[in-house]
Amino acid sequence: MILTFLLVVPIIGAISLIFLPRENKQLINWFAFAVTVVNVVISLHLYLLYDVSSEGYQFTLKIAWIPSLNVYYHIGIDGLSVFLILLTTFLSAIAVISSWTAIDEQVKEYMALMLLLETAVIGVFISLDLFLFYLFWEASLIPMALLIGRWGGKDRIYASIKFILYTMSGSALMLVAAIVVYNFGDGVNPTSDLPTLVAHSHLISEDMQKLLFFAFILAFSVKVPLFPLHTWLPAAHVQAPTAGSIILAGVLLKLGTYSMMRFAIPLFPKAVAFWSPLLVTLAVIGILYGALVALVQDDVKKLVAYSSVAHMGFVVLGIFVMDQNGMMSRQAMSAAVLQMVNHGLSTGMLFFLVGVLYERRHTREFSQYGGIWVKVPVFGSFFILAAFSSVGLPGLNGFVGEFLILMGTFSRNPVAALFATFGIVLAAWYILTAVRKILFGPFNPANNNLTDMNPREIGISLAFIIPCFFIGFFPNTLLKIINPSTESIASLVDTAILIVSK
Amino acid sequence: MPIEFPILNFFALSPIIVVIVLALIVMVVDMLSQDKTALGYLSALGLLGALIPCVTLLNQTKSPTFQNMVVSDGYAVVFYIIFIIAALLSILIALTYLEERGMQQGEYYILILLSTCGMMLMAASTDLIVTFLGLEIMSIALYVLAGFNRRLISSGEAGLKYFLLGAFASAFFLYGVAFIYGATGSTNIHDIGTWFTDNPSYQSNPIALVGLALLIIGFAFKVAAVPFHWWTPDVYHGAPTSATAFMAVGAKAAGFAALVRILSISFGGVFTVQWQVAISLLAVITMTGGNIAALAQKDVKRMLAYSSIAHAGYLLVGVAALPPTGDELYRVQAVSGLLLYLMSYTFINIGAFAVVALLEKRGEIGTKLSDYTALSTRQPFIAFVMLLFMFSLTGIPPFIGFWGKWYVFWAAVDAQLSWLAAIGMINSAISAFYYLSVVVQMYMRTEPAGDEAVPIALPAPIVVTVAVTAMFTLLFGLWPTPLIDLMSLGMFG
Repeated sequence: MILTFLLVVPIIGAISLIFLPRENKQLINWFAFAVTVVNVVISLHLYLLYDVSSEGYQFTLKIAWIPSLNVYYHIGIDGLSVFLILLTTFLSAIAVISSWTAIDEQVKEYMALMLLLETAVIGVFISLDLFLFYLFWEASLIPMALLIGRWGGKDRIYASIKFILYTMSGSALMLVAAIVVYNFGDGVNPTSDLPTLVAHSHLISEDMQKLLFFAFILAFSVKVPLFPLHTWLPAAHVQAPTAGSIILAGVLLKLGTYSMMRFAIPLFPKAVAFWSPLLVTLAVIGILYGALVALVQDDVKKLVAYSSVAHMGFVVLGIFVMDQNGMMSRQAMSAAVLQMVNHGLSTGMLFFLVGVLYERRHTREFSQYGGIWVKVPVFGSFFILAAFSSVGLPGLNGFVGEFLILMGTFSRNPVAALFATFGIVLAAWYILTAVRKILFGPFNPANNNLTDMNPREIGISLAFIIPCFFIGFFPNTLLKIINPSTESIASLVDTAILIVSK
Repeated sequence: MPIEFPILNFFALSPIIVVIVLALIVMVVDMLSQDKTALGYLSALGLLGALIPCVTLLNQTKSPTFQNMVVSDGYAVVFYIIFIIAALLSILIALTYLEERGMQQGEYYILILLSTCGMMLMAASTDLIVTFLGLEIMSIALYVLAGFNRRLISSGEAGLKYFLLGAFASAFFLYGVAFIYGATGSTNIHDIGTWFTDNPSYQSNPIALVGLALLIIGFAFKVAAVPFHWWTPDVYHGAPTSATAFMAVGAKAAGFAALVRILSISFGGVFTVQWQVAISLLAVITMTGGNIAALAQKDVKRMLAYSSIAHAGYLLVGVAALPPTGDELYRVQAVSGLLLYLMSYTFINIGAFAVVALLEKRGEIGTKLSDYTALSTRQPFIAFVMLLFMFSLTGIPPFIGFWGKWYVFWAAVDAQLSWLAAIGMINSAISAFYYLSVVVQMYMRTEPAGDEAVPIALPAPIVVTVAVTAMFTLLFGLWPTPLIDLMSLGMFG
């Protein structure tokens, strides 16, 4: 039931918003924030109740949805999803509170969409039914597209349409593939129940799995986004309002990588070995390409956007890297899950800080800044911390994730590890360039009236940075929950490969 | 010589009879009363009443009656419900729409009711002659409705165009019936099917094949499938919006009702490969053609006309999924899918046309895309429901349009037509672009809207229509179980 609460609380909040007076923006702001905080509390409670020792899904609930078609409202979480849910509730609260001053028009609609988006994303993370998942997956598009298109920058409409068309075209084939899987069912009856389907995945022939895997992975890769399907991302990020970028980079991109691990691999384990080389190659290209393009940006938000392409490349690399015998790296896979959380925190924080600057100066061009450290030391310190977290400085969260992914990759595919390591060097280069161009160097007099962060903004930044340090120092707290889940996914692939090779 | 009286089960036809009697009553009251709006309310109430026998019929055992001419099986009854709802909702739109444009005449409601009778007859018919009768009763009333706004040239054009091309379609259909009669010696669709089973040597009879082809062409005209769709945009655009809403869903549903019954009963065992290929190709070009043409539209009413062509294409996917082997289970699935699709399309599309009717001013203005600019600030409720309808037409969950599409494509996948389902899904991604452009206009463009800033009047009947259809779209989208269970009753007797 507790998971259902997570879904329902934001919806109730969004509906209640309709009845609040439009003029009283203060009330709307506080109300929306309160709703997201309730969800944070529920998700923390969920985390505390989570039983580390037991394997498999927890907090499951399975009730009839369309019984005549064998489609159920089946939800539950495991080590894969528990931290992503925490990340979602946490970032939603931050996104809402960071919009308090940035959003001035149609605040009611804005907050309602934010809350609906939270529901849709949580829905994806807890669905254990193929069609329930598809419903939330597609539903998450609508609020995000509206947020970008209504409250975004100058080219917001172009960005919004590009976002929705890319993602919809990507998932078009997935629905057909999902129906095919549903039809195979448990061999007797069609079913969309994920655990049942996974248990019967051997019924589908290897060639068929390759085809279906492709249809699923196409949808997920657009969302991640994997090179070369990433072109919607910079457009969406640059145009989206700050809170939109935080949610987009922090949570929505993870829907793609999460679904790869939750659906694509367990449903089609026989196909993984076939597609893995391509996916690993694209991931490595994405790491290098994203970093190189980030290097030449003159808009700081675009830089962070392209850095996301690179970082998500690491996650995909960690998920799919395997040796020539088709053995997956558990270490890299667990680290990939950890890195999803890390990227959500560090990139979310970077977007937030860019938003702080933008609210004051209404520009994101590097040339408009320079030497502002003297004016805004608090901002500067947080920006440097966020940059270090993103680039993977030891002691902060990014280091653990990327290091473990590289270790795992090296043991399986040294060539990929070599190129990916080069990506880390590039990351340090572009992020430190950004820090230098904004904070240091000759003082740009245009920034004379720049004010430092207010208490609300400092509070938000602290909320970001504390978990970053926590993960950096105690990664095992998370890894011990994540490991059993990745272990079970990887062993599915191992068994499938043993069957195929026989 | 003893005279045998046929057994006539009038109760089986009670919904049709109720609607005919209603039309006659409205005709009489029309002569006596000056208050034409009251006629609309009377018709709407009567249609609500006609739903009652439908509900009782759903739980009855079905047997053909009137010498096997008609049958009120679950299939027919679900279609009755679709037609009655379509008529009811479009009458609610018409009440104020006609009044504001000085077209408030009793004949409008009579024609809608008569046309509904024709549709119901098509769904119930088990004889090609009765099907033709229903087709004509429906169509002739629709020709007049299309040209109802006689002061407007475009409406006159719509009426004439629809009449001429519709007459062609009827001729094709009748010619097809003649060929089939020539080949099999019967017009009863069950007898035709049995004849083919009893005479296996005639199973590749070219005369019957030509007849079937002509029949399909006739229906393709009526449901606006590419390449027989040329009349559609002009007719849908020129006709009064309330009539367009009715035509777009009612005539399409009626066409599919008859087509599906004839194909699966008469031709369930013969020429299946031929008609499956033909219908599949028709589906591909209809979906693609309709969607691509809709992309270029700058007028919402016209865009909805092209989109209705595209939806005919998705429905044809479901028709192509009718049994290749005559396996009962697959047929049940395809038929349920088609019914679910048509039922949801009825609500969504009438809702969308109701919004178009609301924003339309006298004459032809008010249907352009630019007239929808910043509707979200001018009229948030209407903008919100239009958003629901647009996403639902795209087929995005959690709206009911998704389940219709899902079910139809499921039937296609089961019939080994996954490629057709894939083309269908790619098409619905294309369609997202033009449906989205309405949302973009309403929600994302905020330029001052000039004279469009005039407040929009919200007449109660139209608000009821959009509220009902929006609730349907959203609630059944989240919980489609009751609707799916209803559709599973919609089987041939």
